Amino acid sequence: MNFDFSDDQKLFRDQARKALGDACPRKEVRRILETGASHSEAATSALAALGVTGAAIPEEYGGLGLGYYELCIAAEEAGRVLAPTPLGSSIFLAAEILLSAGSDRQKADWLPKLASGEASAAYCDAAANGALPRFVDGRLHGKCGPASDVAGAAFAIILGAEPDGGRSLFLVPFGGDGIEVRTMESVDPTRPVSELAFDGARAERCGAAGAGPDIISVVKRRAAILVAFEQIGGADAALEMARDYALERKAFGRPIGGFQAIKHKLANVYIKNEVARAHAYYGAWALSNDAPDLPLAAASARISATAAFSLAAQENIQVHGGIGYTWEADCQLFYRRARFLALQLGNVFEWQERAMNALEQSNAA
Amino acid sequence: MDFNDTAEEAAFREEARGWLAQNAAPFSIEPSGLAEDEYNALCKKWQAVKYDGGYAAITWPVELGGRGGSPIQQVIYNQEESRYQVPSSIFAIGLGICIQVVNKFGSDDHRERYVQKALRGEEIWCQLFSEPAAGSDVAGIRTSAVREGDGWRVKGQKVWTSGAHFCDFGILLVRTDPDVPKHKGLTMFIVDMKAPGVTIRPLKQINGRSDFNEVFFDDVFIPDTDRLGAVGEGWHVCVSALMFERHAVGNTLGFLEYNNIMDIARDTELAGAPAISDGRIRERIVDMYINSRAVDLLTYRAQTALSRGTLPGPEQSIVKAIGAYQGQQASYLAMDLRDQFGMLAPGELGEAWGIVEYSWTWGAAMRIAGGSDEILRNIIAERVLGLPGDIRVDKDVPYRELAA
Repeated sequence: MNFDFSDDQKLFRDQARKALGDACPRKEVRRILETGASHSEAATSALAALGVTGAAIPEEYGGLGLGYYELCIAAEEAGRVLAPTPLGSSIFLAAEILLSAGSDRQKADWLPKLASGEASAAYCDAAANGALPRFVDGRLHGKCGPASDVAGAAFAIILGAEPDGGRSLFLVPFGGDGIEVRTMESVDPTRPVSELAFDGARAERCGAAGAGPDIISVVKRRAAILVAFEQIGGADAALEMARDYALERKAFGRPIGGFQAIKHKLANVYIKNEVARAHAYYGAWALSNDAPDLPLAAASARISATAAFSLAAQENIQVHGGIGYTWEADCQLFYRRARFLALQLGNVFEWQERAMNALEQSNAA
Repeated sequence: MDFNDTAEEAAFREEARGWLAQNAAPFSIEPSGLAEDEYNALCKKWQAVKYDGGYAAITWPVELGGRGGSPIQQVIYNQEESRYQVPSSIFAIGLGICIQVVNKFGSDDHRERYVQKALRGEEIWCQLFSEPAAGSDVAGIRTSAVREGDGWRVKGQKVWTSGAHFCDFGILLVRTDPDVPKHKGLTMFIVDMKAPGVTIRPLKQINGRSDFNEVFFDDVFIPDTDRLGAVGEGWHVCVSALMFERHAVGNTLGFLEYNNIMDIARDTELAGAPAISDGRIRERIVDMYINSRAVDLLTYRAQTALSRGTLPGPEQSIVKAIGAYQGQQASYLAMDLRDQFGMLAPGELGEAWGIVEYSWTWGAAMRIAGGSDEILRNIIAERVLGLPGDIRVDKDVPYRELAA
């Protein structure tokens, strides 16, 4: 029994923690929030320098071919510093879609650039009222959004509709005609989202016609585990912030961390974080070994990590009291990111259904 | 990461599995049909077989009747044994805590006299710490021991003593010096439960059973040779005992699980459709699964620590904090699924409903026993998160002034 990362992997975690801590202190996250910049260059290049962007991309496409453990570890550290980077859209989603469904040419064109960090990708599978952009004769018409990490991206992978109603994934290079981008107001401007309006923009299918939902379902399952690591990193950091404040802030003549109302609250946060960590670690193993119970492992990691980050972020504000509710306090950075990550890959109901369906299959009457 | 056994672990598992296949089957029974003395007799028989097979105390040295094995082998054996319903619950406290304390703090004479008989199941032990006025604050106990000749005279009362009515010996925490602050005046002894002046009264619990007892000590004489640790060091011995309890890895609570709820939800209707298709029920089943699976995974984490020869972290506190509460809540869900029939007992609904009633009643008990939900959260807050301890107004006050 060895349910832990290896010594080499832990060494990598230490390196990532140091590099990301230096590149992305909280004032960098706040700068993105307040200036409306699309992402943190410092955090993004730190991830590329660590080899994170290429970690799970095979060597033939310019990656390191290390597999998923390193990516999981890096995701946790990126989550811990709330790194405002396109890691999720670009690597957890777009690169994975290219790997599992892209043509040889699409892979050869784009994966090396994603791996090196030279380019990033946006991702979108949503449209208001379900009216997806229509694909006719190689061109897209209509709107989609919220699309994540559009600014600075070289291309987007989006879900669109075929003339026969089938839903497919499309690769849309940015820079051509017929694309208008509008930044949408959202809960977490440090991970900006946009509306894409297509008016005859050139696009090409990624994967077979009509295969979009199936590809997304498989890719989101893998992304759920990676994002779960990002969530537990954020949840741990929020808990540490609350703990530090509880030790420092005094009321009624002593640190508030000495009151059981606060102690038990933070113990509950710790319990939820450890539950989520256990599921995320198992998810890392299931992902790396393509285990048969991957669907259930992914849903469990997703649900527990979402619950943990939500609780940690909200109770961090609560422990801080009124000051936690001010713009100046960093509590809002966690509160915002927790919601963004909870929604980015689909809501909790979707994942509960995924988990329950897997349980029914494995536990048929 | 690797969830498989190492070659050595696999070899040991194979050996244990083979031995259990040969020996455990005749003892694998549904205990509910047996009277207490019949069940206890069967427990003792099985324990003797286990001892003779070398599985009674895997981590202990061979000369003490153990196997000289590793903690991870103990976990592996426990996993394999749990495939059979062997009767062993009456030894949980004696072997899990008491005899470990005797081994660690006792003399050679103690080890000679008590260890083998305990491991073979010939003598059963209980733990006498809690009192009516000292539960979570166990250092506040009142039971006193006063020197008399070559021993001590003990007076007072203990409570929640599991199995006292069939135990042969106990480890007893008493106050030997009321003139120092409460933690400092305590001493631990071995007590003969059949000694004159010991009176045991079963406590009737909310489930109608009597697993716990009150134990009264009316001028009971204990020879000084039956002392465990130095005079005044009882708190240290007590804390060590509780550590043995906390480091027991992989003990399951046996409450309702998500799969039991799935079975019930398939067979019941809600709003005109099978309950299992109802979103409310599905959500709760998933939540239960996530907690139950986390308990398994946290146990794997603890096993990983043991496998490397280190002590597990605070995972096991989390396991009880999650499991006991969930057991209680799961019983409500099961009862609600049966609608008005959920108010009925196993006598009406059949023996299979026993686990629902057990989760309902024993779930409430397990949120208190062995470190209450609240104490566990204090432990996490103080030892893991580094938050301050509670203000202890009695910490430096001589016990005599507190009791006054």
